[in-house]
Amino acid sequence: MKSTLSPGSYYFSGDEAIAEGAIAARCGYFAGYPITPSSEIMERISVRFKEVGGVFMQMEDEIASICSVIGASWAGAKAMTATSGPGFSLMQEGIGYAAMTETPIVVVDVQRAGPGLGQATRPASGDIMQAKWGSHGDYQIIAICPWSVQEAYDQTINAFNLAQKYRTPVFLLTEEAIGHLQERMDIREDVEIFERKKEPGAAPFGTEEGDGVPPMPAFGEGEKLLVTASTHNDYGIRKTDDPLVQAKLVSRLYSKIMNNRGKIIDYDACYMEDADILVVCYGFTARSSLFAVEKMRGEGEKVGMLRLKTLWPFADGLIRDTGSKAKKIFIPEMNKGQIAGEVMKYASCDVISYTQTNGEVIHPNTIIEQLRRLV
Amino acid sequence: MARDLEQYLRPGLTTAFCPGCGHGILMGLILRAIDELEINMDEMLFVSGIGCAGWIPSPNFNADTLHTLHGRSIAFATGAKMFNPKLKVLVISGDGDLVDIGGNHLIHAARRNIDLTVICANNMIYGMTGGQVCSTSPKGAFTQTTTEGNPYHPFDLCKLVDAAGATYVARYSVTQPFALISSIKKALQTEGFSFIEVLSPCPTQYGRRNRLDSPTDMIKSLMDRCITKEEVKGLLPEELEAKIITGEFSNGGN
Repeated sequence: MKSTLSPGSYYFSGDEAIAEGAIAARCGYFAGYPITPSSEIMERISVRFKEVGGVFMQMEDEIASICSVIGASWAGAKAMTATSGPGFSLMQEGIGYAAMTETPIVVVDVQRAGPGLGQATRPASGDIMQAKWGSHGDYQIIAICPWSVQEAYDQTINAFNLAQKYRTPVFLLTEEAIGHLQERMDIREDVEIFERKKEPGAAPFGTEEGDGVPPMPAFGEGEKLLVTASTHNDYGIRKTDDPLVQAKLVSRLYSKIMNNRGKIIDYDACYMEDADILVVCYGFTARSSLFAVEKMRGEGEKVGMLRLKTLWPFADGLIRDTGSKAKKIFIPEMNKGQIAGEVMKYASCDVISYTQTNGEVIHPNTIIEQLRRLV
Repeated sequence: MARDLEQYLRPGLTTAFCPGCGHGILMGLILRAIDELEINMDEMLFVSGIGCAGWIPSPNFNADTLHTLHGRSIAFATGAKMFNPKLKVLVISGDGDLVDIGGNHLIHAARRNIDLTVICANNMIYGMTGGQVCSTSPKGAFTQTTTEGNPYHPFDLCKLVDAAGATYVARYSVTQPFALISSIKKALQTEGFSFIEVLSPCPTQYGRRNRLDSPTDMIKSLMDRCITKEEVKGLLPEELEAKIITGEFSNGGN
């Protein structure tokens, strides 16, 4: 499909790039509520949707935002909302609703320093676990994490594709530092767009076949849809005291993501082959990490880097493999070791977590200093 | 003729309502209004929240139904309607759902005057969770959480929604079936936000705690208490206190 902006180079902030990525993915509905540092996404959408024909609503709060996004998704829209920490907390019940009803939605969380109101204009990566476990019950979601303005654009398009493909909420977990970063990015001639599967008459909430993702009709197509986040059978009929239906549904919601994680998970590796020390990183911290790794390589040290583009589902197999080759894994994070905890589950080598939660990005020199202690 | 409305119901379901519940009457009156207007059910989207009234459309109505989170039915409906304006969207839910937990969405949808119809089945109590006090419970009402009587005044829902900017606002009781059918028809034909508060008896949770021991006692009480706007004239303030004024409070300037 053609890109919505003419091909070429643009100078955008991360937030603006996310808005443009959504438009390129043919997002038809956006609802949001003002919150720093994500408001610029909504502001750009409010202007650009008038040009490209999307429906924009500024709602009364983040709860209304996510609920209206789910309603629009069932009316046939590719739909998105964007927020930050406190708003993301308010959205959690809606996220569980979307997971249970298998509603494709994209939720952008431009992470700021928390907990509580924290520091609205300062970066952090403190919501990684919240994205995975924020709503109650057992479910799986997809979360991706861009490290540049270019990737904020590309990964937003990817987020829409994954949401339609797996009928699930997809999170774009970015950070204030990327949201407000301005840099050059390129727009190509074409974008790859995935449309949701449709199959008139087929059961919209269950399938025994293929990837475990049922087709999804929309309201107004004569399907007489029954959408509910109560436990339901393949046709949406509530079965709130049937143990078999509950077990089957929860298992399928889990396995449709986990069984396909080989296709979902994306990463970037550099200097990994002979690395004794592997830096595992994501988001803005990966920029500082790359600088540090290259500096160490220049000094002849066998340091490599693995950048996780997908945070959930977690790259367990990848960490198991690389963790058996490297002697040490070093993980710098703008939180108290949320991904380090996951890596420790799967890596057989030493895992060293470096955490910084002062509302500032981790400086390359800090990482270099830490790596020098490890070599 | 008596079974004509079955065409609007999803086959093979049983009712979730208790004996004497007014929601079954309301369900029938909504379908009669739809039938009289000859609306194609494939163009309808019924949105409901959590609680007894959420079961009126979902799963019973044989059309697209969206059973939402507690309190958020209007927010879900807003997204569906704004993206696809061809959908005729009817929100049906209870007082606790639409007004207590969801009150903010109700007044904002009325303020935006979005083309939605909202029917609030008001039984003055939290029925499904076991009879707790609600923002619509009368002052002095006995409930599971106000065993010495509700100390607070209830909301006047129609005044609230009218003040927020809705086009059509009305209140009727299930004991006024013909006026209510006519009101639902008007609401469905209104362009803009339309709201009907429907008083519906809950003998199981409300009646038995408030000396209205049988379903008939509750129906009789509603028939006695519900008066029209015209009947207000000539009543003394102390007589008026126990009454519920029904009728249209806003009708798009008509």
